[in-house]
Amino acid sequence: MTNEEIKQCISEILPTATYDETGEFLTIMVSKEELRPFMQTLRNDEKFLFEFLFCLTCIDWKTHFMMVYHLLSRKHHHNIVVKVKLDDINQPEIDTICDIWKTAEYLEREVYDLFGVKFGNHPDLRRLFLDDNWPGYPLRKNYVDENMISI
Amino acid sequence: MNLLGDPEITEEGEFVINIGPQHPSTHGVLHLKVWLDGETIKKVQPHIGYIHRSIEKMSESLSYRNFIYVTSRMDYLSAHINNEACALAVEKGLQVEVPKRAQVIRILLGELTRLASHQLWWGSTGLDMGAVTPFFYAFREREAILDILEETCGARLTQNFMVPGGIMYDLHPNFQKRVKEALVQIKEKLREYDELVTGNVIFQGRFKGVGYLSPEDAINYGATGPVARASGISCDVRKWFPYDGYENVEFDEVLDTGCDCWARYMVRMNEMKQSIRIIEQLIDNIPEGEIQAKTKQVIKLPKGEFYQRVETARGELGVYLVSDGGSTPYRIKYRTPNFSNLWVLSHITLGAKIGDLVAIMATLDLIIPDIDR
Amino acid sequence: MVDTEKLVFPAQLHQTPDGGFLVTQLDDIINWARSNSLWPLVFGTSCCAIEMMSAADARHDWSRFGFEVARASPRQADLIIVAGTIVMKMAPVLRRLYDQMPDPKYVIAMGACTISGGPFFYNTYSVVKGVDHVIPVDVFIPGCPPRPEALLHSMITLQEKIKHETYFGKDNKAQAK
Repeated sequence: MTNEEIKQCISEILPTATYDETGEFLTIMVSKEELRPFMQTLRNDEKFLFEFLFCLTCIDWKTHFMMVYHLLSRKHHHNIVVKVKLDDINQPEIDTICDIWKTAEYLEREVYDLFGVKFGNHPDLRRLFLDDNWPGYPLRKNYVDENMISI
Repeated sequence: MNLLGDPEITEEGEFVINIGPQHPSTHGVLHLKVWLDGETIKKVQPHIGYIHRSIEKMSESLSYRNFIYVTSRMDYLSAHINNEACALAVEKGLQVEVPKRAQVIRILLGELTRLASHQLWWGSTGLDMGAVTPFFYAFREREAILDILEETCGARLTQNFMVPGGIMYDLHPNFQKRVKEALVQIKEKLREYDELVTGNVIFQGRFKGVGYLSPEDAINYGATGPVARASGISCDVRKWFPYDGYENVEFDEVLDTGCDCWARYMVRMNEMKQSIRIIEQLIDNIPEGEIQAKTKQVIKLPKGEFYQRVETARGELGVYLVSDGGSTPYRIKYRTPNFSNLWVLSHITLGAKIGDLVAIMATLDLIIPDIDR
Repeated sequence: MVDTEKLVFPAQLHQTPDGGFLVTQLDDIINWARSNSLWPLVFGTSCCAIEMMSAADARHDWSRFGFEVARASPRQADLIIVAGTIVMKMAPVLRRLYDQMPDPKYVIAMGACTISGGPFFYNTYSVVKGVDHVIPVDVFIPGCPPRPEALLHSMITLQEKIKHETYFGKDNKAQAK
């Protein structure tokens, strides 16, 4: 499906979504309450069938966090990007989507480990790479570590 | 400090053993906690992070020319292809066109790297199964390829040959002759590999029927590469989203519907033959021309996000590059194939024996620094 | 040029009508035996491990020099070749492996990451900048990754270092106080 058709189909189910077509893939901005039902529709609905979640990450823009989800549908041969803005930078929280795509369970653990974003209803939210008692979340822009040698 | 982390809850008769982080299997530092009932596996829990070198944080302070070298160290057996992904992402942002000669050379080096990586996989699979001979045979062929790469690129393992815009230097004059000689040797030895391992009753018995991964699970877990192709899922990035001139090259995507360890083994053996086919098509037809497009000395990408995917020897590598207009990346995320392939392990080892766990790990072909980055 | 004096067996043969006997110093004979049969531990974390495997293969072949069997268990190994970056999560594991090895034990630090953190020196939060913060090291090999020939050269250097040790009256040099 082309970008126009996808936009049309999505605005029928979710009128409050906003779009951004400056990048390579069509980007859809949703709010964090609308995320879970929207993702379920994207996975299960015949028109979309986005069965492959290939990238889940977070970007720290200093005033807010942005969660980014990249989806691929092999049947219809299209990619989209779903973004959610998290305004609270001290205690960011969002719902999990690991029951929709199993791979999200571990990608979300990675985001929790490095950024500190808490995922509601996650079955096993623990740190993945670092020790359990590591202070702070390293990939945030305001991370301070006296052992780190900077140029 | 409690190295083990989470509590070990065991039922009656179960016990927990730790495999790793230091173990003779040559895959790296992976710590597996295995819940056993006799020899049958009840649960496998991988613990990672023992080689987490903070590559993503480090890349935020390196320039767009510099950050490419670090990816050679991520999946070090497909170093060229990793570097190619980063260079392509930057070129996407700059919107420069790579000259034809550089594209063909990139494909040649990438396929040579894929061949060398699969050879090492074959050798270490034999070693894990208890046979030492495949290890020595595989390294003999691998050395032939590494000699060619060393003559042109300057290094055996972590070549840093790709730059945004093309490749760093031109090919050595001996390149074509040596590649043709190496291909003759490798084609003959692949027949020997088939006699030694593929036709061997013990290997077949250990691989067939073990580690069944259904296609739905493979998609759900995000598996790519030979692991997914052995379950019948077509996912080769060189066919789906071609880059660097792969659309002009003839080759088959190797699929198998067996879904078990034997299917994964056969997919990789056949991929080696397809790589040889690609090299034979291109080795005599390298176009003349420039090797690098003109770019500024200090590269600054415009504000935006760029995603580039390539097919490494193990699956789909994605480079997600976020730029805010400066001379260093604002955020880089590497979507690595081994990260998604690892978590399949806890699903497909249920009910298997410990010996089967080793066979499954060998055919999943994981590189641990790629998981931890 | 190879120094042929070092290659001969360190003893003097005195012929007698029904055979002979060897006269040597205990230090010399013990050092000769130790240096020519060092068994390394299988320990590789990242890219340098591949070059270590290449040093074991048929072209470079470290078993010519006595490193025949690479043991999987630290209790049976003499030598630990630290091949690859050590991060803070792995450092206690490495220390525990080193402590489990029986005396006399030796350490080769392979690659730039083990000397000083290597390419991961600046702006990393989790890398141990130099493995000599964790265990005492005998030989350092620069390179990223060092060629297998460089690893063989370092093993021969270690053999020469061992030939200068004294056994009675002093502590084993590799043992930290």
